[in-house]
Amino acid sequence: MQARSTGAIAVALGIVAVGLVVGYETTQISLSPAYSKVGPKAFPTMVSAGLVILGLALLWHAWRGAWTAEDDDDAQPTDWRALGWLGFGLVFNVALIGILGFILASTVLFASVARAFGSLKPARDLAIAFVFSAVCYLGFVKVLGINMGAGVLERLF
Amino acid sequence: MDTLGQLAQGFGVALTPMNILWSFVGVVLGTAIGVLPGLGPALTIALLLPLTYKVDATGVFILFAGIYYGAMYGGSTTSILLNTPGESATIITALEGNKMARRGRGGAALATAAIGSFVAGTIGTLGLTFVAPIVVDFALKFGPAEYFSLMILAFVTVSAVLGNSAIRGLAALFFGIWLGLIGVDLQTGQARFTFGILELLDGVNVIIVAVGLFAVGETLYLAARHRYGQDEILPVKDSLWMTREDWSRSWKAWLRGSVIGFPIGAMPAGGAEVPTFLSYFLEKKLSKKPEEFGHGAIEGVAGPEAANNASAAGVLVPMLTLGLPTSATAAIMLSAFQSYGINPGPQLLMTQSNLVWGLIASLYIGNVMLLVLNLPLIGLWVKILAIPAPLLYGGILVFATIGTYGISQSPIDLILLYLIGGIGFLMRKYDFPTAPVIIGMILGPLAEQEFRRAMTIAQGDVTVLFTRPLSLTLLMLAALAVLSPYIYRWWTRART
Repeated sequence: MQARSTGAIAVALGIVAVGLVVGYETTQISLSPAYSKVGPKAFPTMVSAGLVILGLALLWHAWRGAWTAEDDDDAQPTDWRALGWLGFGLVFNVALIGILGFILASTVLFASVARAFGSLKPARDLAIAFVFSAVCYLGFVKVLGINMGAGVLERLF
Repeated sequence: MDTLGQLAQGFGVALTPMNILWSFVGVVLGTAIGVLPGLGPALTIALLLPLTYKVDATGVFILFAGIYYGAMYGGSTTSILLNTPGESATIITALEGNKMARRGRGGAALATAAIGSFVAGTIGTLGLTFVAPIVVDFALKFGPAEYFSLMILAFVTVSAVLGNSAIRGLAALFFGIWLGLIGVDLQTGQARFTFGILELLDGVNVIIVAVGLFAVGETLYLAARHRYGQDEILPVKDSLWMTREDWSRSWKAWLRGSVIGFPIGAMPAGGAEVPTFLSYFLEKKLSKKPEEFGHGAIEGVAGPEAANNASAAGVLVPMLTLGLPTSATAAIMLSAFQSYGINPGPQLLMTQSNLVWGLIASLYIGNVMLLVLNLPLIGLWVKILAIPAPLLYGGILVFATIGTYGISQSPIDLILLYLIGGIGFLMRKYDFPTAPVIIGMILGPLAEQEFRRAMTIAQGDVTVLFTRPLSLTLLMLAALAVLSPYIYRWWTRART
């Protein structure tokens, strides 16, 4: 029997919590009297019950230590630095894409992902990222006609 | 009109220059993303869904079908030369194929995989051609109750039977159904689960969920676990021409793999893993040289590769005839149909006969193109494998941004994308399957619709699901699929 994993317990509790939120939100759906037989609440109720029951079953498994994490390479600890770089790139992108525009925000995202994957050449990564983002922008906006919003550099094109 | 006449009409559609071009772009793109570890057909098709607003349906589905078939070919190249199976269905190919490459027989392994994929793809497409009209005849008898029960069966098999844990599979499925329910209920106009956010009234876009799970979640997982760039790419030293012995050991395996793969893929359960495993063990049993298994036996590549491709063709049977997707890729294709206002189902073959038969004909054409692309041009694809991981995943996340931000230029969509990416990361880390989320999200609302229709017809009497014989049979099969492992365990324990 493996030691129980707090992460697995947290995930199981999370599923129960999602189920309860779904249940609560279901009670907030206002019911129109015309659909008394099977209205818009029937399926959400089943989903809520399903999530709570499955979450409790997983909690039981996690508590007994029968379910921890993916089994094969527990030897590899989570690389928080890599996740940090990735998280930085994602947050930067979502926060600044509206102001800086797609090309610059994506350049920073690309370079931070490359850093997260162990690249130690930030100047090269930024250069490649910039060219890649600009080409993508031109390809999608000019050729396919997809709107990617405005930005500092986008006005030049 | 008979099947052959309709197929001829389909070739007429597929052989127009524009549609040949779509098919070519599809198979090239499909092979490329199949070769690249971390990218799959579901993600690619999701990213290309916005095309449905601009291009006619036939062209788009020919493109998607090309990607779907191409990814199968490309995936085997990666498994053989890199030993990193891109998807679970190619694990077996990696088992023997990578050993062959290590022994300097990579060329023969790639050849038997490509030719086997061609043989199986063609047999599978033939199966699709002739089985689909039969299933349609049968499906026309289905009422809402039968459809609902059929969907329950599909839900249970894709989430509970395939995969490591029935409970985790079902939890993923229920999460997906919930995502599918978000937005305005189409029958009553009630908003559900929008948390007061206006953007959610239209529902959660499947692009966001697919890209979040398959691109963002996967990238987070790989970065956190350092699971990248560890495997060396094996060089192809030998000739791509198979020896006489290779041929004689391969051809029967191709045929057997196809015969195993197609029917299993075509069942409402779907899944390509089971037929590849079955084919592997069958070949091992029948081989004259079983001692070579585990050290690079060519049958162990030929059979499972064929089974994989034939089952991919099989998955299209329930998708096109019943509107029942049994893989994440098929579910996203179904949402493309919905985006055109087309409801896949038994009527599809009649109402959209040009589209469906053009699509099927394009599969024959795409298979021939893929054989050419994957044998003489294999060197090109090997080069793609050499893209360093930092740049590859940087590019994937930029594409993920385009796919999401391009929908509405709304930061809410990006936040949702990253939230789902985070959930995808946890799901990977704690061993939840992700395909049930996509299938539940697409099929859940359809199941709800059929359920409510059935209840309206039966005036709210739930027992209708159990009194109609066909519906009852489907539900019993579903119950059997969930409970049989537990019954088996209880039974073996009781005997000892």
